[in-house]
Amino acid sequence: MNRGKQLIWQNYQKEIADDHFFYVRSCIRQNFFPGAEATFLRILKDVLQKDVYDDPDHTTCTGIGYHTDIVPLETTMTVVARQFALMTEKGYSHFIPSCVTSFGMYLEILESWHNHPEVLEQVRKYLKEATGRSFELPANIVHASDIIYKFRSEIAQKAKYRLINRYTGQPLRVVEHIGCHYAKMFPHKSVGGAEFPRVLAGIIEEWGGEVIDYPERRHCCGFGFRQYFIKANRGYTFSSVKKKLDSMQPYSPDLIVTNCPGCNVFLDKGQYVISEQEGIVYDENGYGIPVLSSEELAGLVLGFDPWDIGLQVHQVSVEPLLDKMGVEYEPEKKYLGKENIPLGRPLQPTVLKTI
Amino acid sequence: MGYLFDRLKNDLHYREGMQACINCGTCTAICPAAEYYDYDPRAIVETVQRGDEAELESLIKSDTIWYCGECMSCRTRCPRNNTPGLIIMALRALSQDTGYFAESEKGRQQIYLKRTIGHNILKTGYCVYAEDIGTDTHPEQGPVWDWRQQHWKEVMERLGANYQKPGPGAMRRIPDDAINELHKIFEITGGLKQFEKIEEYSEKKARSLGLQWDETLDNEYLQQTYNGTRQNS
Repeated sequence: MNRGKQLIWQNYQKEIADDHFFYVRSCIRQNFFPGAEATFLRILKDVLQKDVYDDPDHTTCTGIGYHTDIVPLETTMTVVARQFALMTEKGYSHFIPSCVTSFGMYLEILESWHNHPEVLEQVRKYLKEATGRSFELPANIVHASDIIYKFRSEIAQKAKYRLINRYTGQPLRVVEHIGCHYAKMFPHKSVGGAEFPRVLAGIIEEWGGEVIDYPERRHCCGFGFRQYFIKANRGYTFSSVKKKLDSMQPYSPDLIVTNCPGCNVFLDKGQYVISEQEGIVYDENGYGIPVLSSEELAGLVLGFDPWDIGLQVHQVSVEPLLDKMGVEYEPEKKYLGKENIPLGRPLQPTVLKTI
Repeated sequence: MGYLFDRLKNDLHYREGMQACINCGTCTAICPAAEYYDYDPRAIVETVQRGDEAELESLIKSDTIWYCGECMSCRTRCPRNNTPGLIIMALRALSQDTGYFAESEKGRQQIYLKRTIGHNILKTGYCVYAEDIGTDTHPEQGPVWDWRQQHWKEVMERLGANYQKPGPGAMRRIPDDAINELHKIFEITGGLKQFEKIEEYSEKKARSLGLQWDETLDNEYLQQTYNGTRQNS
């Protein structure tokens, strides 16, 4: 990269703290992919030897209530203030949300408080009155995927597997899908901005994969909050998923990587919906395209057991990806519970093949 | 300008989202909702910018303001730093405050969201609490989700969750003290009042439409908001 480009690129970087993190969980990720959060903490603590605090007292940020417009702004701001108060009380100032909706909402609220200090003062009063707590603003607020990005080289050095197709020796072809609220609202708070987001592309390339560019790369997954939660509106969600999948299919992706828990649900389950409704499957062998989050992919390249990461809870089977990467795994353990208790197995969809 | 506009202009989302619109239509070009619905954020911002009270009233009584998915893709692209998505949030707040949300089919869906997501927040401390949310109401979740529902606790424990237990971890039982603090915050900041308003206006509408109404999700009115009227006709 020439010097001029390097200088411009500096404007698209963000500060990501090195250690001592306060972690707040995602409602969707906890329900749908609890193993992804466990994997993230295992990487931070055991692999990278970082200090991270997982507070039992934090709650939802109300984000989905806020974006379905049932929870007023002042209420959401005060709940957010309570999360910051917990961080302050525990002696932390580096704040990591697991959820992209939360991440965007925290940034939005911090910006509103910056622009309207009188609102911040009012929220301080509300919080004091409701809980007796007070708070400092975080010194650094980063999404979980920013942390994976920051430590991508360290992870690569300790990795057991690379994103290389062992049958062909070629890089795996990877689609990166970044949640809208990661960079579209506050580009300067993301890695690479909204135009050239690098947060997922950077980790994919570092770990040996090839990033696919395709026309609808920046299209929303279609969650749309009320658009999915209300059955009558769900055509919005799955039309968006189809638009994206139709657009990426000609590039034959081996894998989709996400940073937002909601996007992960819809790009995964959406392939089942489209297969049932339209008879379409998006890979040549009929299994669909596996969808992993940045935490799950990091755990996988580090050699964690895929069934400890929780890859069995995705609708699209991950085994074709594991086989391409040469990951060692025990197929018969996929649907076992704790202490190897058998839990039966899911039914087969009509069209989409599963393993 | 009139009563509704005065209230709209005091909304922080409006103040953050509305600068000066040049009506270029870039927001509509990028908008996922405009691809799916008969929806045009450019026209909404134009209506709001014009300041016609009657038009504003008709807008917040309509389905139109409920089509947006709040992805905020418009914010990135607007060449004049407007955010139509934030203006939508202000219009929705006004529609709920005045009770006009109950005048449109999409607006009437608020009661279902309040009784699911809203109740989850105050009861469990999570926005989404998906145990027992099966493929009967969410068929697109598919067979792996069915399997998870059958073995919810076992899969949670297998994947390292601290399911319904005290202490840190995924799906932990959020302590009563924390839930009580949430309640208090909702009480002081207007969250509970907003929930009550959604209930009150929805009940009034259910009665005027002659639809069965009770405190569950299963009554005629809520089922119609959830499934849409086309399916029931």
